[in-house]
Amino acid sequence: MSAAVPVLVLGPLLGSAISLLLGRWPWLQRLLGAVVLTGALTVAAMLLATADSSGPVVARVGGWDAPAGITLVADRLSALVLTIALAICLAIFLYAIGQGSAEDRAEHVPSVFHPTYLALVAGIDMALLSGDLFNLFVGLEVMLASSYVLITLGATSERVRLGATYIVVSLGASMGLLTTVALFYAVTGTVNLADLSIVLAEVPPAVRHVLQLMLLLVLATKAAVVPLHMWLPDSYPSAPAPITALFAALLTKIAVYALIRTQTLLFPRDEPWPLLLVLAGATMLVGVVGGLVQADANRLLCFLLVGHIGYMVFGLALATADGLRGSIIYLVHHMTAQAGLFLVIDLAQRRRGSSSLLGLGRASAAVPALSGLILLAALNFGSVPPLAGFVAKLALLQAAVADGTAWAFVVAAVAIVAALLTLAAMGRIFVQVYWGAPPADQKEPDGDAIHTGSRGSMRLMYGATTVVVSAGIALAVAAQPLAAVTSRAADDLTARTPYQQSVLGDLGGAS
Amino acid sequence: MNATNLSLSLTIGVLYACGSYLILQRALLRVVLGFILIGHGANLLLLMAGGEAGPVPHTGTPAGEASDPLPQAMAITAVVITFGTTALLLGLVYRAIVLHGDDLHASDPRSTLPHKGEPK
Repeated sequence: MSAAVPVLVLGPLLGSAISLLLGRWPWLQRLLGAVVLTGALTVAAMLLATADSSGPVVARVGGWDAPAGITLVADRLSALVLTIALAICLAIFLYAIGQGSAEDRAEHVPSVFHPTYLALVAGIDMALLSGDLFNLFVGLEVMLASSYVLITLGATSERVRLGATYIVVSLGASMGLLTTVALFYAVTGTVNLADLSIVLAEVPPAVRHVLQLMLLLVLATKAAVVPLHMWLPDSYPSAPAPITALFAALLTKIAVYALIRTQTLLFPRDEPWPLLLVLAGATMLVGVVGGLVQADANRLLCFLLVGHIGYMVFGLALATADGLRGSIIYLVHHMTAQAGLFLVIDLAQRRRGSSSLLGLGRASAAVPALSGLILLAALNFGSVPPLAGFVAKLALLQAAVADGTAWAFVVAAVAIVAALLTLAAMGRIFVQVYWGAPPADQKEPDGDAIHTGSRGSMRLMYGATTVVVSAGIALAVAAQPLAAVTSRAADDLTARTPYQQSVLGDLGGAS
Repeated sequence: MNATNLSLSLTIGVLYACGSYLILQRALLRVVLGFILIGHGANLLLLMAGGEAGPVPHTGTPAGEASDPLPQAMAITAVVITFGTTALLLGLVYRAIVLHGDDLHASDPRSTLPHKGEPK
């Protein structure tokens, strides 16, 4: 099975190269992309099953043993996040084909959408599977470099201006990460995560703290944790809609994964971390309150995205297996919920040609499928009780109560307030889409008078959206197995030994 | 342990300082130059992290004397990455100049006035 791990990185990368050569035959590019993504999803699901039943799957690239060589590790956490991420990549890919942003291009320039999309997927795979800090940097960099191209797709005036914010901030964080990796190597002489987790115990506490804070700082910038979130709501909404959905659903979450992975493995804690608790609470409040006052639907969703990063950081800050379990369920839930909500809002906006919230007045009228999808997506995002978000929030609150410190209680209260405010924000969307007055200069849309696209492409868009939204609902149906896998993953994270042993083998204690 | 190379440390410090100053400028071209400087600083830092220079790491070199090859491998990877992103950024600067006539970064009206009017 370990031979399958590098395939997840090489497959999309090779597909990206071939796709570049196929520039003149768009239908071949589409087919190739769909085949590669489906294949990767299948491999990831198999890895998840193997990692869950018989422990982490480790691939030693080129046969070099850890800690000198490159190791790719698929344990329960990375395989779970990977499977969900690839499923969303595939669904959004199909949506983008239906919506036509794949053909969005400047004059006389062949479309770079397909090759870039596959390179982005390769970067995501590599960042999730990487067993050392440096390849984590490389994976994030491959992912981000592709995202720089996608966010400025077509290079219109607006996208160049807003894309520049995104690129400069991300690149700044990347340089910070590279510096941090260099310092880790200078202090310990290794960048392998499993090896670091053992060696770091002997590093003087002051030096260890500096390294920990630097790593937190750069990854928190990439994950948009308040106060390092300011770049996100300014830049994401300018991209083509499916790309915004993809970025919102995945990119920050990959950084949250990296935070969880590095902090639990390298810097284990017995008690909650007050600094991170405060950041989590601030993130929830600033994000959700910021979202409530937005006049633009996409900006509203981007602020809510920031707010909900806070929940994942909350579980990590509690530093218990229960807290981590809540974080992981929330991570998985949020990826599907965020992607689904962005896609349905885009469907509504396509009928109006405007992204302003007021412009969405009665946008779903006469399209029952759209009304239903908006309802389900918004309820799922608002974490209404039977759905997965509620399971995750409940787990987080239970972990906070079990922890019992004053900080944990305060942040738990903030979490409840933020959850209610999220519902209020969903309410704003509801009110506009269902009961709002249609914009004065537009007629009431009727059943099939839809702005863009043929019947076939609309079917593809609705189909892809339905899949994402129902995947979010399915997480609630599968709550039992999901909770079981995540609690085993969280136990692995707090125990640390399964990861160390699978990477370093029996020599684990000797180095 | 091995002694730190003072001139190298100072060079790294100056590169980071100048780079940070340039990144905070409003003109995109200066920001790009800032990233180039910081990238160089980071690569030197990676090399310095490998400790003192020694003979070429090759079969036959006594163990423990050779240069540490790992930071060199990391530095070359980082060089390729910064090279690629610099090229992309330069393309973006060129595009901004073609579209706007300058490469100054304008602020987003929507991020300052959440309530006022319809965003364009």
